[in-house]
Amino acid sequence: MADISANFLGIKSPNPFWLASAPPTDKEYNVRRAFEAGWGGVVWKTLGSEGPPVVNVNGPRYGAIYGADRRLLGLNNIELITDRPLQTNLREIKAVKRDYPDRAMIVSLMVPCEEAAWKAILPVVEETGADGIELNFGCPHGMAERGMGSAVGQVPEYIEMVARWCKQNTRMPVIVKLTPNITDIRRPAEAAKRGGADAVSLINTINSITSVNLDAMSPEPMIDGKGTHGGYCGPAVKPIAMNMVAEIARNPETAGLPISGIGGVTTWRDAAEFMALGCGNVQVCTAVMTYGFKIVQEMCSGLSAWMDEKGHSSVDDFVGKAVPNVTDWQYLNLNYIAKAKIDQDACISCGRCYAACEDTSHQAISMSEDRVFEVMDDECVACNLCVDVCPIEDCITMEPMQPGQIDPRTGEKVPSEYANWTTHPNNPSAVSEPTFGG
Amino acid sequence: MPNSQMTPGIQSGRLSAEAYQENFSDLHPPYEPHEAAVAADRCYFCYDAPCTTACPTDIDIPMFIRQIQTGTPEEAAKTIFSQNILGGMCARVCPTETLCEEVCVREVAEGKPVEIGRLQRYATDKLMNSGKHPFSRADVTGKKVAVIGAGPAGLSCAHRLSMYGHDVDLFDARSKAGGLNEFGIATYKSVDGFAAREVDWLLQIGGISLKTGKSLGNGLSIDQLTTAYDAVFLGIGLAGVNALRAEGVDKDGVSDAVDFISTLRQAEDMSTIPVGRNVVVIGGGMTAVDAAVQSKLLGSENVTIAYRRGRDQMGASGFEQDLAASAGVRILENAQPVKVHGNGAVQEVEFEYTETTSDGLRGTGETFRLPADQLLKAIGQTLGETPEGIILEGGKIAVSDAGRTSVNNVWAGGDCATGGDDLTVTAVAEGRDAAEDIHQSLMG
Ligand SMILES: Cc1cc2nc3c(=O)[nH]c(=O)nc-3n(C[C@H](O)[C@H](O)[C@H](O)COP(=O)(O)OP(=O)(O)OC[C@H]3O[C@@H](n4cnc5c(N)ncnc54)[C@H](O)[C@@H]3O)c2cc1C
Ligand SMILES: Cc1cc2nc3c(=O)[nH]c(=O)nc-3n(C[C@H](O)[C@H](O)[C@H](O)COP(=O)(O)O)c2cc1C
Ligand code: SF4
Repeated sequence: MADISANFLGIKSPNPFWLASAPPTDKEYNVRRAFEAGWGGVVWKTLGSEGPPVVNVNGPRYGAIYGADRRLLGLNNIELITDRPLQTNLREIKAVKRDYPDRAMIVSLMVPCEEAAWKAILPVVEETGADGIELNFGCPHGMAERGMGSAVGQVPEYIEMVARWCKQNTRMPVIVKLTPNITDIRRPAEAAKRGGADAVSLINTINSITSVNLDAMSPEPMIDGKGTHGGYCGPAVKPIAMNMVAEIARNPETAGLPISGIGGVTTWRDAAEFMALGCGNVQVCTAVMTYGFKIVQEMCSGLSAWMDEKGHSSVDDFVGKAVPNVTDWQYLNLNYIAKAKIDQDACISCGRCYAACEDTSHQAISMSEDRVFEVMDDECVACNLCVDVCPIEDCITMEPMQPGQIDPRTGEKVPSEYANWTTHPNNPSAVSEPTFGG
Repeated sequence: MPNSQMTPGIQSGRLSAEAYQENFSDLHPPYEPHEAAVAADRCYFCYDAPCTTACPTDIDIPMFIRQIQTGTPEEAAKTIFSQNILGGMCARVCPTETLCEEVCVREVAEGKPVEIGRLQRYATDKLMNSGKHPFSRADVTGKKVAVIGAGPAGLSCAHRLSMYGHDVDLFDARSKAGGLNEFGIATYKSVDGFAAREVDWLLQIGGISLKTGKSLGNGLSIDQLTTAYDAVFLGIGLAGVNALRAEGVDKDGVSDAVDFISTLRQAEDMSTIPVGRNVVVIGGGMTAVDAAVQSKLLGSENVTIAYRRGRDQMGASGFEQDLAASAGVRILENAQPVKVHGNGAVQEVEFEYTETTSDGLRGTGETFRLPADQLLKAIGQTLGETPEGIILEGGKIAVSDAGRTSVNNVWAGGDCATGGDDLTVTAVAEGRDAAEDIHQSLMG
């Protein structure tokens, strides 16, 4: 049986599944239930400075995007940081950590961009016995207008400065949580590293409007006839989050900086994918807000079974294993040639592949009178669209051609050697020997 | 001249080889992976799910379906087997329409439940076909337990005890383990020798020594067993049958449905099983339906189930009744047999119509006759051997919730004991729970 325990910055947890800082971790009651259900750790809902807490709207704070059968794919929220008094949160954090010493307890913080504010809060957090802190530089609504959250996270200099203050004023490991509402995610990650942060976590939520009420002519969620942009999360954001994670993991400036992966993690497989891209663990929010804490059982059983199948004895065996295979487009092998192939036994003759290819791609699928669909190898450019639109898993597959075979589309032999854009004759700045991605 | 459906009397070989093959194949064929994915997707992962509450073995149904959804059917199987070691058989034979699927929120809302039984089969088949046994024994405790009866109750009890490290001697009167899984359940619910394969797979846990051809009352006694073992579990089912009170029931061609079915279940070749041209089955439960449907599948021309009360009172579920109807079986309500006519062998059965009055069921006086060359009695089973010194209640062994009988160190569960419906899944639950209690009491 594989060992799924994780050690992130020296913080141990029985599994690599933490709850992200959000409503599921806003109070002792929730967090105890989460630990009972089996979660490996939590990042407590973001705390602000001492004083009157922030207030939330008293109308709907969430909007949603659905797939078939009303499966929740994306959630958007306009919630702020914790609206409970600081002392209450601190007392509860301490009590829970005492009772669950084997679970990771991280405290998320967001205080004004002044050293005094950070100096004030760090010791009281340390006093709870928490294992680390996460700096919330990501919240895209409400707090940003007050010069916190993503307003800090969008300015690398501020990130570096605050990270440095924290490192100077606490012995706890410092995780910097990044906002995706930025053009190049590598810059804030580099800044965090320069400031001495021990790790980055990403992503926080993405600015979004999920829907518009066409009767009231207002964005949803609608508060008394008006709406505002909220933060988008859930399965829909996973691809965006994974790209950002990979960019940081393969950036020479930040390579090796520990990453906690967040964004749409819903199943064991999502977690394994984030981890393969370099995350030492993952954090989950929307999935538990949709299905409850119990899903962690499936995440544990699934990860462990997959690790057994692959022969990984600990999570370190596969963390980051996909990073070397993330490259730039210009380094992809242009001599790799594939053709789509339709398994006629699996095909249910819906014709979606035909519509996709005939109407919008390369007219490479034929349709007979009796609805048999076949790929014409002399037209197929292997774009993968038919595979992606087919409702049946593995009905259409991409079959690589072997070197030496004749590609019926070009009439040319499939070369055996690797060749990329850097040497291609159509490239105005082509060089004679191909260069390779890092 | 080969026989046909029209050949009079009780005859074998009424159908073509292909027809037998077709008739006795899987009632619900297993899912293909794509079908399983689509079916699993319909589950809402309900909180404190009603399906789990409705399952006598409390399988965490939303969890196992989620494990199928996420591409780990073998993990799904472990979730199932940890509650119900006969989850494979239950996936085939449970009347899900009156258990988990009846209360599925999508059944209640849309009349179309998540197909839990078939998903359970998908998961359990995956793991069992891999040949792996997912559990191992705890350190051996040195305690010895005798389990009498290797049906669902006994097998489930023995497995759980062995997991805890106790050594089990598993006795059965028959030459083969499995109980009614092997000798009772309809053929089309358990094809390809599944019952026997499941027993072999279950015994892979080790620590269980199967002793067939050994029965309580005939060589084994409670006294002897309680002396030789630290604990005893009785899962002896219902080995007897109720007697039909009607004139002429001793004629040839009259037999017990359970015997007819057990012969059928042990047959290698269905064309060797003789069946009447006109078959009449008396009763209203699952056994009556199974006997009638299988008679029809064996090539009877006319099969009638005669039940003395209305359809809504039948033990067989609506689904089972529909299954009978779709096989071409006629269900006759409110009719009780009064006389079997025939010269040596049955030729006709005479019935009287009944009605339910404030004084209970009574005959109306109006009678009629049905032609019959075979009459199958399916009016209920009874405890066969009454174990000495054990208190009964309503004809069954009286037990507490944990399966304790009136005798110290003797537990009982399954059909032979009070509590719960007479179903495979209930027997599994009772066997398991008794094992838990036995373990507590041995180690406590
Ligand atoms: C025809 C028929 C069809 C059925 N169909 C279904 C169905 O589709 N779905 C469903 O859920 N349930 C069905 N049932 C009910 C189900 O089979 C039983 O509820 C279940 O098998 C009970 O399990 P058990 O272990 O208590 O008893 P059994 O399965 O009866 O097993 C008892 C075992 O004890 C042995 N035994 C008996 N007496 C002694 C003795 N004195 N000494 C030693 N061993 C002894 C027997 O040989 C047998 O192996 C059906 C029953 C019948 C008769
Ligand atoms: C209602 C809600 C409130 C949130 N509040 C916070 C917060 O206080 N601090 C924080 O760092 N992130 C907050 N987040 C962001 C989540 O921690 C997480 O980064 C994001 O939801 C992406 O993960 P997911 O796709 O698993 O939900 C919040 C998210 C939601 C949905
Ligand atoms: S989940 Fe529903 S019931 Fe609970 S607080 Fe929100 S709106 Fe109210």
